[in-house]
Amino acid sequence: MLLSDLLHETYSAVAVNKARSGLTILGIVIGIASVVALTAIGQGVQATIQSSIQGIGSNLLIVTPGAPRGVGQEVSAGRGNAQTLKLDDAAAIGQLDGIKAVASEVTRSYQITAKGTNTNTRVDGTVPEYLTVRNVEVAEGSFIDEGQVTSLAKVAVIGPTTRDDLFGVGSTDAIGSVLRINKIEFKIIGVTKAKGGSGFSNQDDVVFIPITTAQRFLSGNVYVNTVSVSVADASGMTAAQQAVTQLLLDRHHIGDPLLADFSVMNQSDIVAAATSVTSTFTILLASIAGISLLVGGIGIMNMMLTNVTERTREIGLRKAIGAERKDISRQFLAEAVMLTFLGGGIGVALGWLIAWATTKFASIAAQVTLPSVALAFGVSAGIGILFGWYPARQASSLNPIEALRYE
Amino acid sequence: MIELANVEKIYKNGDAETRVLKNISFKVNDGDFVAIMGPSGSGKSTLMHIIGALDRPTSGSYVLDGRDVSKLSDDELALVRRDRLGFIFQAFNLLPRATVLRNVSLPLVYAEVPAEERDRRAGDALRAAGLPEDRWNHLSNQLSGGQMQRVAIARALVNNPAIILADEPTGNLDTKTGELVLHTFQRLNQEQKRTIILITHEPYVAEHADRIISVRDGEIVEDKHNGNKRVVNDHSHAAI
Ligand SMILES: Nc1ncnc2c1ncn2[C@@H]1O[C@H](COP(=O)(O)OP(=O)(O)OP(=O)(O)O)[C@@H](O)[C@H]1O
Ligand SMILES: [Mg+2]
Repeated sequence: MLLSDLLHETYSAVAVNKARSGLTILGIVIGIASVVALTAIGQGVQATIQSSIQGIGSNLLIVTPGAPRGVGQEVSAGRGNAQTLKLDDAAAIGQLDGIKAVASEVTRSYQITAKGTNTNTRVDGTVPEYLTVRNVEVAEGSFIDEGQVTSLAKVAVIGPTTRDDLFGVGSTDAIGSVLRINKIEFKIIGVTKAKGGSGFSNQDDVVFIPITTAQRFLSGNVYVNTVSVSVADASGMTAAQQAVTQLLLDRHHIGDPLLADFSVMNQSDIVAAATSVTSTFTILLASIAGISLLVGGIGIMNMMLTNVTERTREIGLRKAIGAERKDISRQFLAEAVMLTFLGGGIGVALGWLIAWATTKFASIAAQVTLPSVALAFGVSAGIGILFGWYPARQASSLNPIEALRYE
Repeated sequence: MIELANVEKIYKNGDAETRVLKNISFKVNDGDFVAIMGPSGSGKSTLMHIIGALDRPTSGSYVLDGRDVSKLSDDELALVRRDRLGFIFQAFNLLPRATVLRNVSLPLVYAEVPAEERDRRAGDALRAAGLPEDRWNHLSNQLSGGQMQRVAIARALVNNPAIILADEPTGNLDTKTGELVLHTFQRLNQEQKRTIILITHEPYVAEHADRIISVRDGEIVEDKHNGNKRVVNDHSHAAI
């Protein structure tokens, strides 16, 4: 059989039963589209998280209370709940050589109200050094100063997103207004510059207050959640990390570093930890998508088997007038492959569209990558051949007379 | 050359066995025009399927052109059918959703004949079978029974087979069209020396052949030369 005839036969067979071919293709479309879209979203989330971690400041060491428990678990929800770090520890770190600045934080989420509006956001009790350590700039007013920390002042500096939520987008009368955290009034003295970031890593949705105020009126204890340490230059990172670890071990009277009640991470540790979480997430999404692809493939096999049964007489006739086994099996295989390729093509386009829409409306920069498209397409072609092969073989091995008698 | 020796065909259905063909032996030389005649259910179609290499006998031997059919593979049989044989099935067996031209040219598709030559040869065959040209692009399930029969005949002729096997080819035709078909067979037999095996239950149709083999209950009861062969002459149906 010539190739042009094979294509002609395949096309007319697929076109004859448009509804059924369409539904079968739809199965593959959904499978492929979900593989392409979900892996794109997974990779987008990964990239977003990495860039926001990199955005928190360079040459940064993060000291958190609680024992280091290995990569991956360090970013778990329990981090920072242990109570082992105090402001004195931070002050001592600041005295070490090669340390530029140290900023302690006490962080928790609260319901914030102002003038009848309210929002739930992160309240970050911190010190003036926070600006240097975390690359934050003030857009209006001023940041918390040393005096306010000493005097336990009830003042607040808010992020632009919080400002928008409480006072309306771009509002200029936030400064001087009052907001309430836990029924305690704070006077707003400044608004920070937008830093970007989105979703769960939004660095603009925050309320800064003096750390001492946070300890006295909100947390009610003397511990801190995080100590961010800015190292003077990049080449001193390893030395600084060791020095900080040793200092805290001494201060906490711990001899064995394995028993440390705190952990010191540098930026690449955090990126690695976050990446291992997000890649697990991406793999999860991809396997869900893979299952729908498999279901689509079984749909093709089902259609092809029905097809073979329905067209038994036709197969018998074709064999009777001289079709060889390979002519018959190729014809059915070509049908399956054509269905999967159509489904694959539409699926890739649809997946790309979903990724595009996610980027546009859900502010996750979904990334459609060539490998995921190639994988999805390869799998769909594979499915077409695999799931088309069995019905094709069934069809080709029919006895012509029995096939012609089939009703 | 067709040589059957002690051919038997038994259908098994659970415990029940049906002996459809019993001890069939005969030879057909190249260029013969043979009619196989018998009442309904006597095994004529079953015999045609065996002669046409579509089915294998349960026992006995069938040698076609010097080759033992029972020793050929499925694909070798397919090539024999494609290159040497033309079938007209009792039930026509046309592809329902394909045009008349496509149906007729289908054997040539498998013989990998290029499209233009295919259409030309299909046209010749349709003319020989007497199907008017305005029907050639109809779908085959939009035709009358007689028209379908002529498409089936054209399809059997299109690959210029050495042996034509026709199962009740005039069963759905009026006398005139039937005669045209019989004339076509006689012409193919006489002018091109093709072997024709014509299956029918009507003595009148059988009398157009040179030899008549009568079958009853799966056995040959008579095998005789047809002394008073009916010859259809050209001008008796010029109007079709
Ligand atoms: N697959 C089968 N299984 C069982 N019996 C069968 C099968 N095929 C045919 N038969 C039987 O074989 C006998 C002969 O059938 P066949 O079709 O050869 O008859 P025929 O002479 O062509 O009849 P008609 O003139 O009506 O076409 C019938 O009795 C039929 O029931
Ligand atoms: Mg019959």
